[in-house]
Amino acid sequence: MGALHRIDPAPAAATILQRPSALDPSAGDPVVQVRGITKRYGGSVEALKDIDLDIPRGKLTTLLGPSGCGKTTLLKIIAGLLEPSSGEVRVNGREVTGPGPERAFVFQDFALMPWATVLRNAAFGLELRGVPRREREDIGRHYIREVGLAGFEERYPHELSGGMRQRVGLARALAVKAEVLLLDEPFSAVDEQTRRKFQEDLLRLVAQEKKTFLFVTHSIEEAVYLSDGIVMLSRRPGRINRIIEPAIDRSGSPDEIRRDKHYLDTVEEIWHGLRDYVD
Amino acid sequence: MTLCGVRVPMMASLIVWCILWEIVGRMELIFLVPPFTGVLSAAWELLHNPKYLDATAVTLRSFALGMTLAIAVGVPLGILMGRVRAADRLLGMWVNMFVSAPLSALVPILMILFGMGTATVVVTVFLFSVWIIVLDTRAGVQHVPGSLVEMARSYGASRWQLMTRIVLLAALPEILAGIRLGLIRGVKGVVIGQLLVSIIGYGELFELYSRNFLMEEFWALTILLFLFAMLIAEAVGVLEKKIEYYAGVRQ
Ligand SMILES: Nc1ncnc2c1ncn2[C@@H]1O[C@H](COP(=O)(O)OP(=O)(O)O)[C@@H](O)[C@H]1O
Ligand SMILES: [Mg+2]
Repeated sequence: MGALHRIDPAPAAATILQRPSALDPSAGDPVVQVRGITKRYGGSVEALKDIDLDIPRGKLTTLLGPSGCGKTTLLKIIAGLLEPSSGEVRVNGREVTGPGPERAFVFQDFALMPWATVLRNAAFGLELRGVPRREREDIGRHYIREVGLAGFEERYPHELSGGMRQRVGLARALAVKAEVLLLDEPFSAVDEQTRRKFQEDLLRLVAQEKKTFLFVTHSIEEAVYLSDGIVMLSRRPGRINRIIEPAIDRSGSPDEIRRDKHYLDTVEEIWHGLRDYVD
Repeated sequence: MTLCGVRVPMMASLIVWCILWEIVGRMELIFLVPPFTGVLSAAWELLHNPKYLDATAVTLRSFALGMTLAIAVGVPLGILMGRVRAADRLLGMWVNMFVSAPLSALVPILMILFGMGTATVVVTVFLFSVWIIVLDTRAGVQHVPGSLVEMARSYGASRWQLMTRIVLLAALPEILAGIRLGLIRGVKGVVIGQLLVSIIGYGELFELYSRNFLMEEFWALTILLFLFAMLIAEAVGVLEKKIEYYAGVRQ
């Protein structure tokens, strides 16, 4: 595991994580295990190289890295949408050979069906599984409410703002009751205000749903604000640069957190780390 | 359209042409052009003529059969070519050739193969319309957003579900555009087919009128046919607009 250098951002933060790092492959009960993943596109472009990673259960883990470093590629390999060139991914100990019901994906460009209502979009995963209409619409309605879109069930995607569309994408992922949610830069097409509101809602959902979230972003602030663990990828070919566990105290208000010294230090720390290998 | 600063509706230009036709007809310059009012009354009479109604029934049946075949073959073939590289390579050349080929030249061969009857006309309609349906469907399928396909796959869609619930619907605007163009070509096909076979439907009537120099009836039949082609193309166009309202707003 030579690629992994765990740093402790601040001694004061160590309280939550006294056991060995949950992101370290030696730790217990990882829900997703990534082993030796390499991905080449068309023989020449090497997008990922030798990725080893464990994603702890019930936490929000972020993949952070510059654009083009292979974050989407890694997430899609874990989702079973892309085949790795070598290596394997295990979810709950079973090898991934394709998409599975224990994983749900939230797409960067929302991937909503423009011809279907919010309700049908949100319940589409259940529709594909043959859940009877009444039942799946009840579940769909529940999660539409959960993501704050109550009253928009019968609207069409083009009647919604970008932020609202992504909420539909999130409701769809929650509705199938997957254990692992894979989110590919879900807020990148959303304006800053909506983004912050969305981040807070996401934190509430993480606490409430007790699922594993694997979240891709290129925003350092977003990663530190949201994550239990941050996996930093280097430039192409993506390799794990280091793993950080911010352990931010989230008991205060969002504004307090964003002014918190530990939060700011962690952001600064990552920023310096990135600069080192960008140069 | 504006004339001397006044807005003139599109229909007005049509009226101008009709009046011009009437004047030329009244002058009796060429027997080929009877007065427009004469054509109109001939059309009115045609609509009450059992022979015409029979011919219409025969023509409509061939047209409907040929179009059904063209859609039933064209759409799946277009989807196949849009999704499977090998199929596209294998068939692409032929489809592109046929879409612009002078297919009327093939009708005599079809007559040898399918006889001097309805079958030949149906096959002619099919051959005239199917290629554009294939090409437009293929284009539509190729433009289905990749993330929609990945979305369906990630939520466990089977091949069939992916086709019927995502690909077909996402490509629907292009498929309908192809069908609309196919319908117009199909009208051409049914007339050319019947003319060449010349003993059935409108072909028989055209043959009868032109041989006996019944120009009023001849033009009346032509106009009715134009109207029919325009009407069904318009109907599909309306459907297309409705669909585009949803599918066209592809983020
Ligand atoms: N289908 C593809 N074919 C060829 N190269 C690709 C393909 N998808 C991604 N890449 C390349 O692989 C690298 C990683 O892409 P991606 O995983 O999308 O990065 P990120 O999500 O971190 O921005 C990029 O350099 C990109 O150009
Ligand atoms: Mg990406």
